[in-house]
Amino acid sequence: MTAFDEMSVDGQKLRSAYARVKSWLDGTDPKTLKRHSAEAEMLFRRIGITFAVYGEADAEERLIPFDLIPRILAHDEWERMREGLTQRVRTLNMFLADIYTARECIKAGIVPADLIDANPQYRPEMIGTRLPGDIWVNIAGIDVVRVDPETFYVLEDNARTPSGVSYMLENREVMMRIAPELFYEHAVEPVDNYADELLQALQSVAPEGVKKDPTCALLTPGPFNSAYYEHSFLADKLGIELVEGRDLFVRDATVYMRTTLGPQRVDVIYRRIDDDFIDPLAFKPESILGVPGLMTAYKAGNVTLANAVGTGISDDKAIYTYMPDLTRFYLGEDPILKNVPTWRCREPEALSYVLDHLPDLVVKEVAGSGGYGMLVGPKATKDEIEIFRAKLKANPDEFIAQPTLALSTCPTFVGEGVAPRHVDLRPFVLSGRNGVSIVPGGLTRVALKEGSLVVNSSQGGGTKDTWVLAP
Amino acid sequence: MLLSRTADSLFWTARYIERAESTARLLEAATRLSNVRSGEGEPSNEWESAVLATGMEKLFEDRYGEANARTVVDFLAFSEANPSSIRSCLEAARANARSVRTAITIEMWETINAAWLELKRYRTYGQSRAELLEFLRFVKQVALSVDGIAHRTMLRTDGFSFFQLGGAIERADNTARILDVKYHVLLPKGDRVGGGLDYFQWTSILRSVSALTAYHWVYRESLKPWLVADLLILNEAMPRSLSSCYGNITRDLDKLSKTYGKQGKAQRMARAIHSDFRNRKVESIFQSGLHEFVEDFIARNNTLGATIAEQYLFE
Repeated sequence: MTAFDEMSVDGQKLRSAYARVKSWLDGTDPKTLKRHSAEAEMLFRRIGITFAVYGEADAEERLIPFDLIPRILAHDEWERMREGLTQRVRTLNMFLADIYTARECIKAGIVPADLIDANPQYRPEMIGTRLPGDIWVNIAGIDVVRVDPETFYVLEDNARTPSGVSYMLENREVMMRIAPELFYEHAVEPVDNYADELLQALQSVAPEGVKKDPTCALLTPGPFNSAYYEHSFLADKLGIELVEGRDLFVRDATVYMRTTLGPQRVDVIYRRIDDDFIDPLAFKPESILGVPGLMTAYKAGNVTLANAVGTGISDDKAIYTYMPDLTRFYLGEDPILKNVPTWRCREPEALSYVLDHLPDLVVKEVAGSGGYGMLVGPKATKDEIEIFRAKLKANPDEFIAQPTLALSTCPTFVGEGVAPRHVDLRPFVLSGRNGVSIVPGGLTRVALKEGSLVVNSSQGGGTKDTWVLAP
Repeated sequence: MLLSRTADSLFWTARYIERAESTARLLEAATRLSNVRSGEGEPSNEWESAVLATGMEKLFEDRYGEANARTVVDFLAFSEANPSSIRSCLEAARANARSVRTAITIEMWETINAAWLELKRYRTYGQSRAELLEFLRFVKQVALSVDGIAHRTMLRTDGFSFFQLGGAIERADNTARILDVKYHVLLPKGDRVGGGLDYFQWTSILRSVSALTAYHWVYRESLKPWLVADLLILNEAMPRSLSSCYGNITRDLDKLSKTYGKQGKAQRMARAIHSDFRNRKVESIFQSGLHEFVEDFIARNNTLGATIAEQYLFE
């Protein structure tokens, strides 16, 4: 299976967006690249950009490897993607507003009722709730992969607490420090305004009747969370308090933070804690990360949570398969970004096809994430395939299957030279009362192992700076 | 206005950095003193008094027994079991700084984080004296950098005041503890003028708070034990003296009360301690008992720390 390389087609024809990077690579010897690489690593380590890998006690803080060769998107490629992403996120928001109120998509037979009602990510607590601006997913991370010059697929919608945006911003900072000459030769669209856009989006959804300068705070599980660096980074860029559950309390259905000046009201909470943990009175009672009574204040409309409670239903892998239909249903438009062709194993015909073709397919748990709980057929051993076959037969509802995609590759610095490696892209899509906004770019993740298709940082993936060229 | 937790972490980041530096100075002074054999009277054990000065003697005895160069350096510099060891202090300072990344500047974070990374390079056992001194120099350098960065980069808002308060309260505590352990060498011994060993002891006290040169500039005479006490307790010009620390503490607490528009118990308590120093002469301290004076101060200083925490809702 040959993958489409974003720099040159068939290793021959150079694609124009990469022309200057190609000559930069040709004119720079591997030793210099290696030195740049080491410089970049030192910068990241000093700034403290680390992440924790769950289940690795001795590796409390690790760096995500950074690849210094940028991934480049031409202006028109990006424009089409931007339109597609906007459409996708509008659909997500309309779907969520619908299933918690009128349930039109179920009545119209687009989505089966049991996929919603029996889904643990569906939060009955939210039924009947209207949110400011009808926005449920204020911040979305949409994972996009490319298989040829024309085709981008949405691989996954992340509508809960998507992370990675700090890498998008820091990768650009580091890139500008180590290869300033490349920026002279390219007109690269800036990404620095992300924090401003995010703050505007958050402030725009403050509860009705709040003074014109609403107080926002970022709620983190704390320094032991794998994405803590990102939480502190964002709070700093936004100029809002980074709070833990114990810094907040609820009185008279209103949220306050404990300060040196006494209690201060909080209007909008950008929360980076999962639904299950935000309020021990409403959800997991043993959670010490959350704020007792938060749901009461939320339901009373006295505080806005971003993202809303209950968005997990929309990025579920089972719901994913209905997204193209939902776009047509709510917007009356054809989807600009395609879904990866997907077999729903809950449907008997699909299941029997999947069981017959396991060695060629990627099988994913509907509820899984982070590259865990999946089978990559072509890379799996016979035993692994048999284990999955048994799982599939026992609980077909819990799985979907997709063809193994030839993800596009980008030139990547490995060891002593440059070689193609598979990539994906996570752009960050913001929604507020004033509409949808997306900074040009996103987080490119790269599978550093030769031939590997798994880009997750927890599984040895790295990142790249992502450039969108100005027109 | 700050999150109470943020104020708490800033306060403790500064305290831990200060404590690490103070412990480094204690170890330097002990290393130097241990070069001199004790001549007359009871044998003095510099290593033991270094442990005493940190207030961790009980934990030390439980784990090591005998105080010597090896055990005390391990305990005070590297031990993970000792919450006040230099290693633990730098780790705690970093954990605190990390939990308030947004309240400190990038320069501050980079310095504290770099120190924590650098710490891994230093071995616990088997290092030469030169390597130990190199390590201690590194620790002092970190504290100086953190202080300089605080002054050069931090916004002069309430967060800065809490950071300064932590440093000053810890500094006062450290100076007082050194006096508490060594007060006996400063007491008058009848007619006898101090011998060579006494002289060495007095200079070692001054060295442990880096005040030896300062002494000569301030008093312009040979070492006198009561002047050593005067310098460390009452002299406002000496940055590690108790009085000078309380000058800073009062100033920062007043700034907070101005920012927040209200005074509290902490402000009144700090002012009372400070004015005590200003009305005191060193003779009267010796008359009523140096040891009692110092012990009483340590307790009041602790109470003030607790009162600040209470007043600004840290706990």
